[in-house]
Amino acid sequence: QTRTVTGIVTDSKTGQPLAGVTITVVGTNIAALTDTTGAYRVAVDSRADRLTFSSIGYTEQRVPIAGAQLNVRLVPEITNLDNVVVIAYGTRRKTDLTGAVTAITAKDFQKGNIASSEQLLQGKVAGLQVTSGGGAAGGGSKIRIRGAASLNASNDPLIVIDGVPVEGNSVSGSANLLNTINPNDIESISILKDASATALYGSRATNGVMIITTKKGASGKPRFNFNTRGSLGVVAKKIDVLSGDQIRDIVNASGNNTYIPLLGTANTDWQNEIYRSAAGFDNNLSVSGRADLGTSVKLPYRLSAGYLTQQGNLKTNNFDRFTTALNLNPKFFQDHLSININAKYANTKNVFADEGAIGAAVAFDPTQSVRKDWNRFSGFYEWVQANGDVNKNASRNPVALLELKDNRSSVDRFIGNVQLDYKLHFLPDLHVLVNLGVDQSTGSGTAILDSTSAISVTDFSGLGNISRYKQSKKSQLADVQLFYQKDLSDGYKIDALLGHGYQDFFTTDYNFYNLYQTGKEVPGQEINYPVVKNGYGIDSYLGRLNFTMAGNYLLTATLRRDASSKFSRENRVGYFPSFAFAWKLKEAFFQSTSINELKLRLGWGITGQQDGIAYNSYLPLYYQSQSSAQYQFGDVFYRLYRPTAFNKDLKWETSGTFNAGIDFAFAQNRINGSMDVYSKRTKNLLSYVDIAPGSNFDITQLRNIGELKNTGFEFSINTVPYKNEDFSWDLNFNFTYNKSEIKALYSNVKDPEYKGFPVSGITGGTGNKVGIHAVGYAPYTFFVRQQVYDSGGKPIEGLYEDVNRDGKISDADNSYYKKPAPDFLFGMATGVTYKKLSVGITGHGMAGNYLYNNYNANSAVLRNVLNPVISLGNTGANYLETNFANNQYLSNYYIENASFFRIDNINMGYNFGKISQSRFRLSVNASVQNVAVFTKYSGADPESANSSGVDNNIYPRPRIFSLGANLDF
Amino acid sequence: KKLDIYPTNAMTPGEVYKTTEGYKGVLAKIYATLSGTGNQGPAGDPDIGGGLDEGSQVPFIRAFFNAQELPTDEAVVAWNDQTIQDFHNLKVTSGDPFLKGMYARPIWNITLINEYIRQTSDSAMKANGISDADAAGIKATRGEARFMRAFNYWVMLDLFGKSTFITEADPIGYFLPREISRKDLFAYIETELKTALTELPPAKTVEYGRVDQGAANALLARLYLNAVVYTGTPKYTEAITYAKNVINAGYKLADNYRSLFMADNNINGRDEFIFTANCDGLTGKAYGNTTFFIHAAAGDDNKEFGANSGWFGYRATKGLAVLFPDLSGNTDKRAMFKTSKFDATLNQAEIDDVTNFTNGLHVNKYRNIRLDGGEVSDPNSEFADIDFPIIRLPELYLIYAEAVLRGGTGGDLATARSYVNLIRSRAGATSINLSDLTLQFVLDERGRELYWESHRRTDLVRYNLLTTGTYLWPWKGGVASGTAVNSKYNIYPVPAANISSNSNLSQNNGY
Repeated sequence: QTRTVTGIVTDSKTGQPLAGVTITVVGTNIAALTDTTGAYRVAVDSRADRLTFSSIGYTEQRVPIAGAQLNVRLVPEITNLDNVVVIAYGTRRKTDLTGAVTAITAKDFQKGNIASSEQLLQGKVAGLQVTSGGGAAGGGSKIRIRGAASLNASNDPLIVIDGVPVEGNSVSGSANLLNTINPNDIESISILKDASATALYGSRATNGVMIITTKKGASGKPRFNFNTRGSLGVVAKKIDVLSGDQIRDIVNASGNNTYIPLLGTANTDWQNEIYRSAAGFDNNLSVSGRADLGTSVKLPYRLSAGYLTQQGNLKTNNFDRFTTALNLNPKFFQDHLSININAKYANTKNVFADEGAIGAAVAFDPTQSVRKDWNRFSGFYEWVQANGDVNKNASRNPVALLELKDNRSSVDRFIGNVQLDYKLHFLPDLHVLVNLGVDQSTGSGTAILDSTSAISVTDFSGLGNISRYKQSKKSQLADVQLFYQKDLSDGYKIDALLGHGYQDFFTTDYNFYNLYQTGKEVPGQEINYPVVKNGYGIDSYLGRLNFTMAGNYLLTATLRRDASSKFSRENRVGYFPSFAFAWKLKEAFFQSTSINELKLRLGWGITGQQDGIAYNSYLPLYYQSQSSAQYQFGDVFYRLYRPTAFNKDLKWETSGTFNAGIDFAFAQNRINGSMDVYSKRTKNLLSYVDIAPGSNFDITQLRNIGELKNTGFEFSINTVPYKNEDFSWDLNFNFTYNKSEIKALYSNVKDPEYKGFPVSGITGGTGNKVGIHAVGYAPYTFFVRQQVYDSGGKPIEGLYEDVNRDGKISDADNSYYKKPAPDFLFGMATGVTYKKLSVGITGHGMAGNYLYNNYNANSAVLRNVLNPVISLGNTGANYLETNFANNQYLSNYYIENASFFRIDNINMGYNFGKISQSRFRLSVNASVQNVAVFTKYSGADPESANSSGVDNNIYPRPRIFSLGANLDF
Repeated sequence: KKLDIYPTNAMTPGEVYKTTEGYKGVLAKIYATLSGTGNQGPAGDPDIGGGLDEGSQVPFIRAFFNAQELPTDEAVVAWNDQTIQDFHNLKVTSGDPFLKGMYARPIWNITLINEYIRQTSDSAMKANGISDADAAGIKATRGEARFMRAFNYWVMLDLFGKSTFITEADPIGYFLPREISRKDLFAYIETELKTALTELPPAKTVEYGRVDQGAANALLARLYLNAVVYTGTPKYTEAITYAKNVINAGYKLADNYRSLFMADNNINGRDEFIFTANCDGLTGKAYGNTTFFIHAAAGDDNKEFGANSGWFGYRATKGLAVLFPDLSGNTDKRAMFKTSKFDATLNQAEIDDVTNFTNGLHVNKYRNIRLDGGEVSDPNSEFADIDFPIIRLPELYLIYAEAVLRGGTGGDLATARSYVNLIRSRAGATSINLSDLTLQFVLDERGRELYWESHRRTDLVRYNLLTTGTYLWPWKGGVASGTAVNSKYNIYPVPAANISSNSNLSQNNGY
């Protein structure tokens, strides 16, 4: 017995009728479509009890059949990103996720003056570590998802922007390619953490995946948004160095007649001389809406433009960015064909300051004035020898380094893609998606060294220097995917994906002659290759099957096959499978309790890693030498042909990851969160290992030899402790524990004395290293000598524990000591909203991380004041504690606990809402970033983006005060 | 296939060895391994990585200098770079990074030479498409390659007493090469040099910078002089024979000793030099070629060295100073010294503190200044033009004299005396009588003539003075007045890293 159900489907927001909505009778093959008035008619069996309403861009709804009339309002997905999460090759309802995925949407991003997209996430996601490289305007960050899985390849996550995996490495002239994406255009960022979530990206997935989705047009009339922000950044902390008077006392007390005559009379604070307060302005305008072209073509659109200008705290440093983004999502043929067009263009202009000035400022003699009354070096003071020559080995005047060099670049980047999504007319369960994308960036720049600078005098015959560079990177992507979705009988559902794709990445370098400032060529150059192009390609097949059983059990299986040009034909292909299982415990056991969600997730997968591996390592290749490396026979100079070491056995690193997690929510979702434990084991780890001299053209080689294990635990909880109509209080917290251990480095260790592979070079004493990769220890574990202290707790210069009791102190006495990576990461955010006023605080911290204070080790010694190259210098306040005469680079005294907690941001906003009766809605906000850091670390900043844990003259992260306004109309 | 992607700036071996120009580029690299360090010059894209420092640990000239001069009376260094102080203190260990570079460099060179020898076989050239006419010219270079391989193996023999052993029969890939003992390596070098003599052009018939029979004869003479150290069996008669081959081949002493170590020594040293590693301040830049000498030995007296700066590093001990009657250069022009106060006196040569550059004798032997007063290549005077003389005629005179004194036949003392006096008279030093010509005198004369040319350690070992208490110099063994050390330091340890990566290698006694 059949009956007919009819109704109208509308958009829940606009109330407008929706055409092309698919209505399926659950458990059958019967389906229907709405017409242009949103009306539908479907014949149903008497046993059928529910209908499914689905349309692209809207959340699917399942509605019980009650009577013959059923009107449904579909909720646009765009307003519902909390529930729908962008995952690898698609989207999924959060409650149906089987992998460890965290999505952060615009409303939860870090607030304030944020120039680069990744910084939106700082402290927001368990398992995610975002560490800015310093305070340079437009500078980049180190991003780590669940620690580092590789020692020698890349540990950066794969970044996917609107379906296009993008080049992760910067182009010349850009400090950071992520700064070409305007944070204001970002709708959400998904962090894919475990292998079952990332394995569809196969050979690029080991380090996790960051999927950036930009804002799209919604519906209705054009809506404009304008926001503006002004900011002021100040240097929050400087390095504690001695004053001119203190240096005069030390030098005079030494009684050394070589140095006393060198003293000046000034008290210059060189750090004050190189830093400034930095202003920034950021303005963004966007329009979005939907144009209905005729009856059957709807065109949602969004167009935005932004302009940011940001000074750096280091004088002369500047960053300007113009961005524009266009998004069009037209639908045709009663929504059978939907097209998604994304185009993003950015131009950034950098003025790079010579960051050598930061190190120079803390090392330069404070008894000298910035300027000297002479006609050399544009009037700047510089160290010269008695014979009048520039003292080439002495520190250079930090202010002159900044003022006498002009280093500018301009970078253009275009990322665009077109996605054609066609739902087959005869089989609406099946749709085909074609994705064509391109990511192209070109950077070029010119650095001009003034002819009067001391470096020009020593290195360019006093004629100055102009060096130019240009590089472009281009990636092209072509993907075809088939999606099939089918509801079977009661609670059983299948959806499947099959895809094929090709993507390549090419870098083109342009080489130019170095010029004197006059424009004349610097002699001795001859360019072999004015243009050099190289790159790699990946050819892939992928498949995914999601299977839902009895509504409560979710199974996901994926497989990707990648072939990469980075490897020899024999090793070119890799297979990367994953399986995941989720059990909705709430639906199974707690249906009628206050528990809103309880889900168990289990996942396993294998992922690969090829980023960071050189393009042609497997090939025996000869390279021609540069013109400055030739050899003379008779009177002729010959270019050299040099072979390079090659490893034809090279293949991917592969990581096997297990993950178990629980998602929970209760008390009307006011408490929700998740917990995950994971174990990731990287095999075929690319390790630089010593190889037998004479077996190849080097003594070490990158080989797939080691093993590295990361295990960890993540916990995140979001709560609303208090809420009423006018007042609400949010409190969110996340926590991560991660442990990394090298399990194997050599397949053939025979030497019991072998300690590991030395890493972590430092500043000071050519070749000194303070870290080691060793089996049984974390990567970059420090490997140093154990300082001996006197009874007063003062380190005794040059006295160390004789670990092997052989009566002498040597490298054999070095021992493993601490490590740079943190044991714990945590992030917190809290906010209160009272009517139209809101206040929020966010912060993050780390514990168990150690840093080598390279500044103290290198500079806080008497040798730095009475410099052997016959100049004077400054020293750190630490010298007054140690009184070390000479550098003790390998002492563990310089390794300090760098655990910290940083208050990232305090912000306050007021939402005026509609201004009087106009169409304008206004909100204003104010924030302070980098408010405070709590730490025992004695250096400038305990948070280091340097994996090796060597802290040396970081560009200080500014404390930023900003004011902004947001206007919608 | 679309995934076979090649860079546009590199060549496969098939492309390189397709033309005579390609062969010559590789041959030039074989020579350049002794003065350059990589493809970039001065730094970047090094031949040898492995965490070693391109400027100080893998350049042949600098690493060989550290190994040969730093443990002796001729050099100390002020720096604190890693283990550099262990050299003069005669306590190097198998973990030493400088030694690791010193082991790696000759073996790398040999690996390249083997590849070249493979590619110059008749069958390989045919396969590469080289015409018969071109093949003859390329084949004529095999003797040079063979000589260069023998020289690199001699370095291994002398420093390490044995070596990783690879020939053109070994592949390039990932395998464990054999080890060759000191005795066998001696025999291999001897045979190879004799083969090279049949392949090389006669002495003085080739363009400057390339080797000929003169070089092979000279290296054989050097090998035989030290045969007792290498094998226990004296070969002084052979030393005399091969020294004579060189002496009679038409080389002659340059007029001016100083000019041999100046920027235009490729012109002024041409008649005297038998084997050089060529350097150029513009087209052959490296921090570890002769550029090292003009900077590392200089302080603020850098102008005297023709350098734009001093590195405040290396000096000589009083042990070298006392070989000369005085330090002014007036009685022996070879005394080319300074101190930090610019005028050398014996008192200022005293070293209270090795790490204090203002103590000790500045060796002003190498100068990046042209004798003809012209401009040097590098307008900034950063990189040196000075070619490094690896073998020059006076060494053969002194080999002749020493071998005669040690009982070799085929020579006589009167000729030996005349050779020594040739050297001395050029230096403006007094002539000697036959009675003055003792073994100790020859050693001292070698010190005066060849100091800072990387011979001293070999000489002191041959005279059994390097480790014993018979001859002490300041800071020998790390003690101000000098001390004897364990005799194991007569040869260097095999770097531990190489033994753990190649189980075929064995460590030297005592390490």
